[in-house]
Amino acid sequence: MKMEVKNGDSQLLSKLATNNEHGENSPYFDGWKAYENNPFHPTKNPNGVIQMGLAENQLSLDLIEEWIKKNPRASICSPEGVNAFKDIAIFQDYHGLPEFRNAVANFMGKSRRGKVSFDPERIVMAGGATGANELLMFCLADPGDAFLIPTPYYPAFHRDLRWRTRVQLLPVVCESSNNFQITKKALEEAYENAQKANIKVKGLIITNPSNPLGTTMDRATLRTLVTFINDKQIHLVCDEIYAATVHSLDFVSISEVVQEMEDYCNRSLIHVVYSLSKDMGLPGFRVGIVYSYNDIVVNIGRKMSSFGLVSSQTQHLLASMLSDEEFVNEFLSESTKRLASRRGSFTKGLEQVGIRCLESNGGLFCWMDLRKLLKKPTFEDEMGLWSVIINDVKLNVSPGSSFHCHEPGWFRVCFANMDDETMVVALRRIRNFVEKGEDAEVITVKKQNKACQKTLSLSTSQICDENVTMTLSYSSPRVISPHSPIPHSPMVRART
Amino acid sequence: MTLSKKATCNSHGQDSSYFLGWQEYEKNPYDELTNPNGIIQMGLAENQLSFDLLESWLANNPDAASFKRNGESIFRELALFQDYHGLPSFKNAMVKFMSEIRGNKASFDPNKLVLTAGATSANETLMFCLAEPGDAFLLPTPYYPGFDRDLKWRTGVEIVPIQCTSSNGFRITELALESAYQLAQKRNLKVKGVLVTNPSNPLGITLTRHELNLLLNFVDEKGVHLISDEIYSGTVFNSPNFVSVMEILVNRNYVNMDLWNRVHIVYSLSKDLGLPGFRVGAIYSNDDLVVAAATKMSSFGLVSSQTQYLLSAMLSDEKFAKNYIVENRKRLKNRHAKLVRGLRKTGISCLESNAGLFCWVDMRHLLSSETFDAEMELWKKIVYEVGLNISPGSSCHCSEPGWFRVCFANMSEDTLELAIQRLKLFVNAISSNKNNINGVSQNYSSKSSRRKSISKWVFRLSFHDRERER
Repeated sequence: MKMEVKNGDSQLLSKLATNNEHGENSPYFDGWKAYENNPFHPTKNPNGVIQMGLAENQLSLDLIEEWIKKNPRASICSPEGVNAFKDIAIFQDYHGLPEFRNAVANFMGKSRRGKVSFDPERIVMAGGATGANELLMFCLADPGDAFLIPTPYYPAFHRDLRWRTRVQLLPVVCESSNNFQITKKALEEAYENAQKANIKVKGLIITNPSNPLGTTMDRATLRTLVTFINDKQIHLVCDEIYAATVHSLDFVSISEVVQEMEDYCNRSLIHVVYSLSKDMGLPGFRVGIVYSYNDIVVNIGRKMSSFGLVSSQTQHLLASMLSDEEFVNEFLSESTKRLASRRGSFTKGLEQVGIRCLESNGGLFCWMDLRKLLKKPTFEDEMGLWSVIINDVKLNVSPGSSFHCHEPGWFRVCFANMDDETMVVALRRIRNFVEKGEDAEVITVKKQNKACQKTLSLSTSQICDENVTMTLSYSSPRVISPHSPIPHSPMVRART
Repeated sequence: MTLSKKATCNSHGQDSSYFLGWQEYEKNPYDELTNPNGIIQMGLAENQLSFDLLESWLANNPDAASFKRNGESIFRELALFQDYHGLPSFKNAMVKFMSEIRGNKASFDPNKLVLTAGATSANETLMFCLAEPGDAFLLPTPYYPGFDRDLKWRTGVEIVPIQCTSSNGFRITELALESAYQLAQKRNLKVKGVLVTNPSNPLGITLTRHELNLLLNFVDEKGVHLISDEIYSGTVFNSPNFVSVMEILVNRNYVNMDLWNRVHIVYSLSKDLGLPGFRVGAIYSNDDLVVAAATKMSSFGLVSSQTQYLLSAMLSDEKFAKNYIVENRKRLKNRHAKLVRGLRKTGISCLESNAGLFCWVDMRHLLSSETFDAEMELWKKIVYEVGLNISPGSSCHCSEPGWFRVCFANMSEDTLELAIQRLKLFVNAISSNKNNINGVSQNYSSKSSRRKSISKWVFRLSFHDRERER
């Protein structure tokens, strides 16, 4: 029976393994490719593509590094800390190190105005926020059930919330006319549409501060959401992974609202997702947290966390770091200051060339309004403009359609993953582009990469579908996922 | 408001007796000084024998300890590194280590290795990649209790047992394989593959070449997958040497044949290096599609970059790695021999084994009847009266009552000695009080009051969940 192999006979594999629901085969791949093929470097490649599609917080790693240097005991490998090596190395209890949970609960409280305290007993670990979001879906919804999600939203939710869980995502359309705020009307409409289509809605998931908008929800909006889900008796998942990118006085956590509405809201419906990847800039450490007000979810979630526990080595380090009150206070204060300053410089620089961003106070990015640069308000034109920005202006930004935005012309631009000099270069390029008055139609695309062009034009026709009430038929791009199929880390490039 | 079916059903399997023993241990853990009459943990398949080797390596390699490479700080790069392809230097080191463990009789391509958060995640991920909800995998019994959760819970996959019995040392036979397959057919389950643990948990034996060939013939004929969970491969301390399924495939010229793509290996550093807390698991597959899909899925449980870096430095130190493997094996061999000897003196025999962190102990002669009820009865006595948390065979889905898994590598030598002593006294008490099997010697902790509650013992675990373990 030794037949010649057809590598990867896909009938032998599951549908999950062979479908495209992970979303990584989307046309937006090309933006990454352009960057990968020609990455910017201030001295070695000053004309390369600047990466502005990566929502990383690189502004305050020095503070963390300094703390680590000053606290060798926090490492189980240093001479000062190695006496803890054995106990930590064998610790695989899915409750997590108590000191880790305490420290995380403390950090969460501090980054939320100190108005709420978090119970360490409710903290459940997960493999990054990626793992946390998926875990919650497994706990709250059955295959075929749906979650409502306001647009625009983080592209990788398509994979994280849907892929292995087989849960559906139903968009709650938000529009620029009111700065993309969620309205009760939009919520009700989405819910009713689901009812009509016989789809069981299990909950609503929001990201606050928002990715890609960078805005935070005010208390009134949060109360509206809590009232809505309470009325319908469905779950509310709040992804607060950007909480500490906002000055703590400005951020209202759902936990604060839950506290206030204690008497008339079923708190067992409320669940928070957290992570240290954005607030602290430590995506490599895979610290995801599920914080649920529902006892059963905590219990079951904990068992499920076996599939993505945080390395005990990392737990130990962070437990030590985040219990250092002085460090935490200083870090939160300084980090938010630096982010605010960077955000300010960047948006000012854009304003100076007539480019407006949605007013925001959080996140690691701006939601840039380039609608006036479109000849026609279509996604086709948006893709055309994007192609120009990547290939001519040489900035890898993320087009709004990849976030399921219903209006063409918006772009997410990250500003916290580079140094000041690079930001200056980026702004200069944008200024040059705008001042030259190139518009999407008169594109003399100087292509270095023919293949890229081919795929881009293919993708243009793919998304010509203007029907923006799509859900799953739309092959929307999720290349903005930090898990780009192309390794982009210098540590990986170094091997080739 | 309802939760999902997965949240409310019992497929996480953590209400079993296996986890119950844990609970009892947690309530009353043995400590040489503070609680000398407490329960000794022998249900935990951990390797605690060789930490000193790791610690001394750390002392000699300060750079790896402090996020440095060649004296330069790489903290920033590590902090930001979340690429699901994994740190290349770590994957290179892993495949070399895997090869070294197999006497370099098999070599591995780092591009076919997918890093996961422990073998727990690796096994689940493979299920998601290879099977639909409702499909089945065949597993030889007895098997690791955690598989009920890892393979079935969120994936919806079923496990159908390949019954192995003591009549032939629990070896896998052609008949058993066929019977399992037929059973699955009868239950209307589509069989997607076979999963074996080699070396076996809980048996502690390595699969013979004959068994491996049987398995390959079987999956070849049926056109299904073979997963070989080889997380204990570095714990083989006696001959026969470990033979990986990969070696057989190469020897039989199956390279790049259909079958080649259907064999997948699961690995981890939790047992071989004794680092379960670090959550380092891996899937190795020759099938590009499986590697691609599993890589994407690993997003849900990546290995911390901090940990990848430390271990890449450690395992790339080939001299250290080679020495570790040899020394670790030696220590496991001694410890194993000690337990076997001690048990033998008590008239208790073990399945002859050459690997693992445990013995598969035959206590059938101590059963009041050849039933699982009697096994439970005996188990409760051993937990409460003897003060040893060992794992009853039924929790491992063994088809014959009276077998127990007893771990030996997660405690000091003195503690092991004490455990053997306690068992000896218990067995002597039984034989000298043949008709009074509830006899308790005063050498035990004052648990006679507990005896009364045993009969009222409620089995089902209520929610005090335990550490992950194998």
